[in-house]
Amino acid sequence: MPARHTIWSFYLAGSIAFASAGRLSAQQAPAAPSAPPARFVVVLDAAHGGDDTGGRVAENQVEKAFTLAMSVRLRSLLGARGIQVVTTRESDANIDPNRRAEIANHAQAQACLSLHASQSGSGVHLYASSLSPAQPARYAAWKTAQAAWVTRSLALEGVLNSALLQAGMSVTLGRTSLPAVDSMTCPAVAVEIAPALGSDKKVAAGLDDPGYQAHVAAALAAALVQWRTEAHP
Amino acid sequence: MISRVQKVLFSILVVASLVMGGTLWQLRERAHKRLIAGQDSAPTSAPDVAPAEEATLLVASDSDNSLLTQVRSLPLPADPGARARAVLGKLLDLYAAPDATHPVPGGGVSVLQVFLMPAPYFGSKSLTPVGSKPGQSDAEKADTVATPQLAVVNLTGSFASNHPAGIETETLTILSICGTLHANLPRVTQVRFLVDGQPRTTLAGHADLTRTYLATDAVPAEGAHP
Repeated sequence: MPARHTIWSFYLAGSIAFASAGRLSAQQAPAAPSAPPARFVVVLDAAHGGDDTGGRVAENQVEKAFTLAMSVRLRSLLGARGIQVVTTRESDANIDPNRRAEIANHAQAQACLSLHASQSGSGVHLYASSLSPAQPARYAAWKTAQAAWVTRSLALEGVLNSALLQAGMSVTLGRTSLPAVDSMTCPAVAVEIAPALGSDKKVAAGLDDPGYQAHVAAALAAALVQWRTEAHP
Repeated sequence: MISRVQKVLFSILVVASLVMGGTLWQLRERAHKRLIAGQDSAPTSAPDVAPAEEATLLVASDSDNSLLTQVRSLPLPADPGARARAVLGKLLDLYAAPDATHPVPGGGVSVLQVFLMPAPYFGSKSLTPVGSKPGQSDAEKADTVATPQLAVVNLTGSFASNHPAGIETETLTILSICGTLHANLPRVTQVRFLVDGQPRTTLAGHADLTRTYLATDAVPAEGAHP
């Protein structure tokens, strides 16, 4: 009998101590000295893929291959800078525009870049959605979900513009309507990379030039690092 | 011996044959006169060409991603739908020219039709009456108030499939079409696109063709970027 009483006493004391410790830790939790770092996610959407080849961007390269190569290059640069990256495709697969937007929206990213390429024009073309800015709503229409983010998208476009200009590239800014981007709920910009033209209007660096690709990717990565600083000072 | 009944019957048949022959001759003459009258009403002189008018075109330029206003003199029909088609035809002819600032193959024949219809509600812009003045009676307003219109531009499949791919080039084509329509037909406030009479997701893989474009959004200041 005394032995059983002793066991019950230990059990009760242990339970009380455990509960007290739990309550204490719960009370102390908000006053933790170091909060976990804020999550910063970038979505890279390599446009086209599969039977949707996109345009022809060089003698022996189509747009889908170029955008995938740029996505891989940019992902490694961002990863090296501690930025979490979500990509919409990692292989030559045909992804529906709605699926691309779904991936971006599930990631709850702080920046979404839709990567494109074209032989027309020069330098880098940056496009934000042409939707009119709207107040965020609990329920948004799928085809115009980007409307609540247009203001932030334009701010991201500005940061990208500054970084690209600083890297010595010519930049064209615009607004357009792209099916995937218009459904994204994140600051989203379509980045269309065109050949670099010299002062004589002749191609100084083509899209198949690895050096030019690396230069553009480095400028975009620098812009996203700057964007992270502005988003989470 | 021929009976009397047979003689009478034979006579009747002979008379009937003569009457029918005479009737057929008359019908033939009447048909001949009708044919001659039809030939007289056939057009023998060329129709009058619509008088040349000034049309405002918003011409895209790939080099600086801009829309430049150009005024051209060209014959324009009175019917608004045909007028819109003629203006867009001229715009696309410029793009198909060898020295085009925004090269797109196809030319004016790429615009199959332009349908004009009352614009559905789409924001506040489309409901703004054009031309009404304060103090007008309802009847006067009905005469002068221009209902905003939706233009449905039906393009050929070959134009879309041969259009250069790219966000910039496709966006410029769409904006220049919207801006040109609005510049020449101010009542056109909204534009939608069909390709071979069917909806199409994108023009050449990028610019969305499923949405309604506000024509006024594509009218920048001269030389400004869209």
